[in-house]
Amino acid sequence: MIDFLGDVLAWLTDPANWEGERGIGNRLVEHVLISVETVAIAAAIALPAGIAIGHSHRWPGLTTGVVNIARAIPSFAVVALALPFAIRLGLGIGYWPTFLALVLLALPPIFTNAVTAIRVVEPRVVEAARGLGMRERELLWQVEIPLAVPLILAGVRVAAVQVVATATLGALVGWGGLGRFIVDGFAVQDNVRVFGGALLVALLAVLTELGFAALSRWRSPRGVAQTAVAR
Amino acid sequence: MGGNQPWVRWEWIADNRGQIWDQTVEHLQLTLIAVGIGFVLALGLSLLGIRFRRLYPAITSVAGILYTIPSLALFAFFVPITGLSKTTAEIGLVSYTLLILIRNITAGLDAVPPSVREAARGLGYRQPRLFWEVELPLAVPSIIAGLRIATVTVIGLVTVTSIISLGGLGLFILDGLRRDFLTPLVVGTVLTIALAATLDAALLVAERRLAPSNRTARASR
Amino acid sequence: MATDSSAATAAASSSAAIRLEHVSKRFPGASTDAVADLSLEVRQGEVTVFVGPSGCGKTTTLKMINRLEEPTSGHIEIFGRDQAATPAHELRRQIGYVIQETGLFPHRTIAENIATVPHLLGWPKARIRDRVQELAELVGLEREQLERYPASLSGGQRQRAGVARALAADPPILLMDEPFGAVDPIVRTRLQDELLALQQRLHKTIVFVTHDIEEATKLGDRVAVLDVGGILAQYAPPAELLREPANAFVEEFLGRERGLRELSLIPVSDVPLERRCELSPGASCEEALAAMDRAGADWALVIEDDRCAGWVDRKRIAEAVPNVSAAAVPLARWIGPNSNLREALEVALTSHTRVAIVQDGERYLGVLPIERIAQRLEA
Repeated sequence: MIDFLGDVLAWLTDPANWEGERGIGNRLVEHVLISVETVAIAAAIALPAGIAIGHSHRWPGLTTGVVNIARAIPSFAVVALALPFAIRLGLGIGYWPTFLALVLLALPPIFTNAVTAIRVVEPRVVEAARGLGMRERELLWQVEIPLAVPLILAGVRVAAVQVVATATLGALVGWGGLGRFIVDGFAVQDNVRVFGGALLVALLAVLTELGFAALSRWRSPRGVAQTAVAR
Repeated sequence: MGGNQPWVRWEWIADNRGQIWDQTVEHLQLTLIAVGIGFVLALGLSLLGIRFRRLYPAITSVAGILYTIPSLALFAFFVPITGLSKTTAEIGLVSYTLLILIRNITAGLDAVPPSVREAARGLGYRQPRLFWEVELPLAVPSIIAGLRIATVTVIGLVTVTSIISLGGLGLFILDGLRRDFLTPLVVGTVLTIALAATLDAALLVAERRLAPSNRTARASR
Repeated sequence: MATDSSAATAAASSSAAIRLEHVSKRFPGASTDAVADLSLEVRQGEVTVFVGPSGCGKTTTLKMINRLEEPTSGHIEIFGRDQAATPAHELRRQIGYVIQETGLFPHRTIAENIATVPHLLGWPKARIRDRVQELAELVGLEREQLERYPASLSGGQRQRAGVARALAADPPILLMDEPFGAVDPIVRTRLQDELLALQQRLHKTIVFVTHDIEEATKLGDRVAVLDVGGILAQYAPPAELLREPANAFVEEFLGRERGLRELSLIPVSDVPLERRCELSPGASCEEALAAMDRAGADWALVIEDDRCAGWVDRKRIAEAVPNVSAAAVPLARWIGPNSNLREALEVALTSHTRVAIVQDGERYLGVLPIERIAQRLEA
């Protein structure tokens, strides 16, 4: 066991393993880039939609429904099914099916948290804002969104962690990323590479989580108790 | 995935009925074992966290990290130790249930009103009967809510175990990917979702049986 | 606030600030009206209270004034202009609004909260800052509290901040929806007194919603009693309301302590005071007894230069050596000319002599015997 961990450490620290297109460096960059891109795209779609629906207070059962459905669909299946779709759309294998799957997976948590975040802003506060003469736009930007920031960020965090995790499966549809080391390692029964890759993915996921926790502490409005975070 | 092959070839399903059934059962087994072991562990850890409040943040932090680690990575960690075995899969799957279950069990037990506990003591209840006959039954809705989330989550994750050469419905998804064949991919996905929906509904029914008085109570997430 | 006849005449001559004409409101899906054909005038510079049980439409009516709710039919004029002609957000910036638990923005400091409307109106920063300071002083907030967040203030302080926020742009009209409903009784009484004092200085047109009849009669120049379904049961100054309830509903809503409440509306200065047997401090024992015999009194007050040194009775006078001032017992309780008859009654009931002694500061004015208080109630 000690020997094995020594091998893993050696693999991780060998500069040769970090170089080139198939090196750890490039795989790490690929992994981080696709995660940032897909979460950004998903946020660009889901945040405005979620905030608008939350503000309208319509469709009260919507978020529960989306949460339940999203949870029941395995992320592996989303990645796998994205492949035939990407091919039919002429996008080919590798990057695009992975991209498509990750955007789809990132949408529900960002959307539902945004809806809930705006919805749970205290009705009295909203009433006071309107009563003082705020227009809907002012109410949204000056009151509802600032108060919703912690929960909105929690949604983005859940999505980001899930995207970082699921990007690993991109290796199964011909894409790179850190999953390559795990999947290729399995194929040739190279446990050192499997373990090393797993370690990197795990670290990246935990760092993402911690990074968002720090961001949330920094960006949350003062004067507001930290809201319990929904998963 | 080339060409314009149909989403489902019914002949394939007919030809592979036996296989489909076996893997569904396998999937169900992997799930139930994981949730079962996870529940026992989580119950113990929750009681520990309630008895020793200072431990609670530490327990949830560790469970939180386990929950954050991508499933494939978590499986991969144990392959060098436990090999490509069911044990490897179960260790990973159980890890995922802990955070969800601990949170819900603790929340449920914490929510037992102190007045109820007082009254039970006044009637002569003492531990451990107080726990089994009063506190636990009152926490049932919250616990079942946790079990529902954990079960549905695990069913999804079991599909990933096929990547480390284990069974379950993920085999069809992987098989479809490898052979460029849509039918098993669709079958695997649909059955996984169906299994999740079925178990979720079963747990809902169980909750109504176990805690009929709490029917109107809203389950906490 | 004052309910004497001169104030009532002054009020009658003032013009209507808000006029509701045949206003009805039915919420979507409801089978009955929340407010039914309500017409009333809110006079400028007065405190008008809407009071009634839950479901009487008092809050809905209030919200129709600043268009948080739109009437189903009828219309509302503010200073003679149809209120629906002004865009809702502009209208609301001219009308202060205070609600229960204040609805302060939890992510903004107290100063930022108070500055909300001036900020929306685009005032320059320096002007906003000065105004916030001025308002803080007006409502009794400490400078140090301005930089704190609402969550770290007491309920009473939050309520003061809520009032300051509503007054920020100096709106002529102030709407208050059960503003003191969530604070404890002692703080509530203090906030009520502060509001009355504030109104003495500002003369705003205030519409105040409450379910507490005590609060209504204390604060209101006029009280509108609403019955379930938004039906106006009576609209009158508090004294008139208490003296002549228009119907059984109002009578029941006013409750059993109507008489006591009426007393609390009458200031002591409205009733002529009496002078009883008075002794000078230098009077000897014999002189004192003789004076009391002449007056047919069992007790007497020791008065020197308009100041009351205390009281004596026959038993104490017997020990008065060398004169009555040595035997005089200092007064334990008295009332001022600004007290009301309810307070006078309470003092009279708990004194040996069955009178309330009235002093303006140190100056002795006279006594108010229990019988006279009772007579005032029957009048």
